[in-house]
Amino acid sequence: MTNGWIDIKNTDMMLIMGGNPAENHPCGFKWAMEAKRNRNAKLISIDPRFTRTSATADLFLQIRAGTDIAFLGGLVRYAIENNRIAKEYLIHYTNAAFIVKEGFKLPEDGLYSGFDSASGTYDPSTWNYQEGGDWSGKADTHASPAHPAASPSPPKLPPNVAYDLSLEHPRCVFQLLKQQYSRYTPETVERITGIPKEQFLKAADLFTSVRKDGDMKKVSTIIYAVGWTQHTFGTQIIRTAAIIQLLLGNVGRAGGGVNALRGHSNIQGATDMAGLFDSLPGYLKAPIPADTDLATYLKRITPTASKPSPWDSMNYYSNTPKFAVSLLKAMYGAAATKENGFAFDYLPKFDHDCSWTHIWDDMYNGRVKGMMAFGMNGVMIGPDTTKNINALKQADWLVVGEIYPDETSEFWRAPGITAEEQKTIHTTVYRLPCAGFAEKDGSMTNSARWVTWKYAAVPPPGEARLDQDIVAQIFLRVQDLYRKEGGKFPDPILNLSWAYADSAHPALSQVAMEVNGKALADLKDEKTGQVIKAGQQLPGFAWLKDDGTTMCGNWIYCGMWTEAGAQIQRRGTEDPSGLGVYPNWAWSWPANRRVLYNRASCNPEGRPWDPERKQVWWNEAARTWAGVDVPDFKPDSPPSDHMGPFIMNPEGVGRLFAPIGVLADGPFPEHYEPFESPTPNLLHPEQSNNPLVKKFQTPYDKLGKPDEFSIVCTTYRLTEQYHYWTKNNPMNVQLIPEPFVEIPVELAEENGIRGTDRIKVISARGTYIAKAFVTRRLKPMMIDGKKVYQIGLPIHQGFRGITEDEGRDARTPANLLTPTVADPNAHTPESKGFLVRIEKV
Amino acid sequence: MSQASTEIIRISAHAGPVPGAGIDREFQVCKLVDTTTCIGCKACEVACLEWNGYPFSETTFANTYQTMPETTWNYWNLIKFNEHERADGSLMLLMRKDQCMHCEDPGCLAACPADGAIVQYANGIVDFQEAHCIGCGYCISGCPFNIPRFSPAARKVFKCTLCNDRVSQGLEPACIKACPTGCLHFGTKTEMKELAETRAQQLRDQSGFPDAGVYDPAGVSGTHVIYVLHDAKNPEAYGGLPKDPHIPWAVQLWKKPLKWIGNLGIIAGVVGVFVHYLRFGPKVVREDELRSHGEIK
Repeated sequence: MTNGWIDIKNTDMMLIMGGNPAENHPCGFKWAMEAKRNRNAKLISIDPRFTRTSATADLFLQIRAGTDIAFLGGLVRYAIENNRIAKEYLIHYTNAAFIVKEGFKLPEDGLYSGFDSASGTYDPSTWNYQEGGDWSGKADTHASPAHPAASPSPPKLPPNVAYDLSLEHPRCVFQLLKQQYSRYTPETVERITGIPKEQFLKAADLFTSVRKDGDMKKVSTIIYAVGWTQHTFGTQIIRTAAIIQLLLGNVGRAGGGVNALRGHSNIQGATDMAGLFDSLPGYLKAPIPADTDLATYLKRITPTASKPSPWDSMNYYSNTPKFAVSLLKAMYGAAATKENGFAFDYLPKFDHDCSWTHIWDDMYNGRVKGMMAFGMNGVMIGPDTTKNINALKQADWLVVGEIYPDETSEFWRAPGITAEEQKTIHTTVYRLPCAGFAEKDGSMTNSARWVTWKYAAVPPPGEARLDQDIVAQIFLRVQDLYRKEGGKFPDPILNLSWAYADSAHPALSQVAMEVNGKALADLKDEKTGQVIKAGQQLPGFAWLKDDGTTMCGNWIYCGMWTEAGAQIQRRGTEDPSGLGVYPNWAWSWPANRRVLYNRASCNPEGRPWDPERKQVWWNEAARTWAGVDVPDFKPDSPPSDHMGPFIMNPEGVGRLFAPIGVLADGPFPEHYEPFESPTPNLLHPEQSNNPLVKKFQTPYDKLGKPDEFSIVCTTYRLTEQYHYWTKNNPMNVQLIPEPFVEIPVELAEENGIRGTDRIKVISARGTYIAKAFVTRRLKPMMIDGKKVYQIGLPIHQGFRGITEDEGRDARTPANLLTPTVADPNAHTPESKGFLVRIEKV
Repeated sequence: MSQASTEIIRISAHAGPVPGAGIDREFQVCKLVDTTTCIGCKACEVACLEWNGYPFSETTFANTYQTMPETTWNYWNLIKFNEHERADGSLMLLMRKDQCMHCEDPGCLAACPADGAIVQYANGIVDFQEAHCIGCGYCISGCPFNIPRFSPAARKVFKCTLCNDRVSQGLEPACIKACPTGCLHFGTKTEMKELAETRAQQLRDQSGFPDAGVYDPAGVSGTHVIYVLHDAKNPEAYGGLPKDPHIPWAVQLWKKPLKWIGNLGIIAGVVGVFVHYLRFGPKVVREDELRSHGEIK
């Protein structure tokens, strides 16, 4: 979240799409209700199904699963056409005025410039800004060559960007944006999404009404969850939301922003701590083989400022070397020296995609020999449960740390595997009883980036052990083996810093202190004279150094456990501003800042857009930024310097146009169809899908065609259950006792199906069996003149659990239906839009 | 809530004065259910079950999110889910927390023939005292909301207590405590009524629900559980909420006119016997009558 849960109460308008917070985040959803009750805020719910969130909405629209970019693109067009945009914000806080290189081509045919069909990748060198100065009123004569040759080295942003503050230059970002979405007319939106034109216009008018007549006081928020991410263009859906929020001037403001709701208590923390293979803690890019030494690596990942010359850009990521070196010091301690590049060579270098779908594919193909599965149920998560089960059959070993016997640890007992076949499965499975959430202490990072310490309520029962104890003992024994027997490259294992008081049972408080970081030599702030002695905890990441005198396990968490104590254990309930900032409750990364980019809550002169919701402001007398929140800005940069509020971008401004391949599949989002879709892409039938998506080649990687599978299916969670866990809990099972499939009344009638009848849902990959839930909450849709049905099914039930074990359930996991195709940026598989057909059992 | 609020003001089938009657009546409590902010999460159902110590039982899927068709003797709090189409064709998913309404004029209490089995406290809570319940089930027919449930095992009738045990200790009912969205509120009747009316006004003015209103039915002299409804003219759409609930005529007749007619009958009988005695004196049995009956040989 750019903002936070409580901050939702400050909003005037909510667009909830790709998420169902009433059911999946019921406690956080109270703030949406508060906004409605206390501010008369409006709620727009757009979903493939009428959900319990929709039940509280002022306006609900049923959308065809996977057509979110078409809808949001239409919204961009509507806002521009009807002048419902924040002009001043747009010019000064976004790259709207930046001029894009000649040779850049919009995807009228479904492809941006630079596509190489042989490799299936883009050369993004034309996705860049024009070098130059003020180009307002200038023609295109100063342009670079029309079709520049593919550059051998990755493209870099120019330091001195050409711009046109009148936003009229045909190649300025704003004009390109306008041109890109001019194709997304209300009629096209209707044909693609199935949302009738007049309903689309109603929603567009309502959402953009916050910028009616140029008013800047009101704020709207966009709230989403995995309904957006689980698509082959998921990252680009979120980009579209960001574009809308920048266009409307809603980012950085109380009650605004783009807000991802996380599905677990600590999924944000997992991501922050390098949950993805291609990042290191704190979102530092992971090294690749081309990074032959530390200097090369740091040069590649450290951006240089790129902006119009009269403007200033903080380019905070210019500090990347400090974060990276401090991380290496935290990992390898004394073994990381200036001479050996701080042991940079110890870090693994990724030469191929190691994301979720690739792990399973590699296991199926014999490249991954074993798996340690903690805190997740890989077979159930999918996609394509059957493929994952067959991959596990190929593995030599599997370690599962869980609190219940789950489908992953019992994959060999999946329905359909006979006793004979079981004998042929040679995977050794180690099931380790782990502690449950109430049985361990530690920190959790919520969707709002709040890091909160929790305490253990009860000790783990029986032989169950804490996860960190299990990991520590495996590590210590492996280290011992390396010590005794040597190996190809024992240094990273032998030299890994493991400085916990009890090495076999590391206290998470000590891990948290290590993550925060400390001084390794006496440090002095030359400006203030403040001194931090060697060995002391660091108060914040501004103290980090790239010379080995500091260590820090994750730079964004620096400041959470200081000499003043564990900031994450704070429980102060003061909220002087009334904006729900609660600065003394727990601690929020970065730097205890609750709303990111909050400089943008002020106009260029440094005065809040809405005096009623003052977050930060420029104090001319003190020559500093002040506020009720921690300013997300250089504290002494006066408005006259025109430093951009988006300090993490080298441009200093928000990106309507994402340059040089920061997103692999295009600088603007474009509507692509899901890989299984009932219709060709109406914008460019020749290029229906995202061209960058890789297909796997195992016998399980089958895709269905609409002539055989005509129904659009999506999956979801229910408020009564929690993932694949609570089917072991009688309380939750009582509330939702059996798996079901929600189907429209009309579809049920056509197939002679009545509510509670058992039906089969069949995709190209498998058959799911559950009872029919015939409902009016899903309606037939007209897609380009053709009637299309949409159905949905919850993901919770599988083949282990109360009803499963009692035989009251067909024991089929929902994800055996979903395809193994994934987003090229975030690597998230496409579970929220695929094709099926249904049959009565 | 003060402990004094659980002082008893009415007792089922009880002759004579209510003990403690006339001592100062503290405020009346009220639970407000704002159906327009209910998200059907069922946290209240679970809280009710856990607080009252009832076990989880087996349910079956019945083409709805609703946990079971109706409340049961050991499941007192149930969200009722109803798909409802508005006049303009738009769909609503109505979610209403169903439980005892704690009527100001409770039909169950009126119908109950067992002394002390049902009491009403000064704070408005109507509570079943199982020790005195004779399991006749009359309260079931007396309730206009179809709430009391007979347990064949215990041979007694049970229902929501409005967490009388918690309220008497100054706590809110368990369901209120569990509600994540602020759809449930608890306070004095006056406060809750005010809050409900304000919300209904907001729904009428801001949210396009011209018929939004508060459900606090006059037919039972008001209730201590009140609803905010999107459409107060159509409470039936919320899963059988009666439009104009009354204590059934049979119970009213039985407990009021018929009871007095009956009582008058008894008195008239006694009076008649006495008058007859005064008029005719004691009955004298003649000797021939006795002989004819073989009493005297």
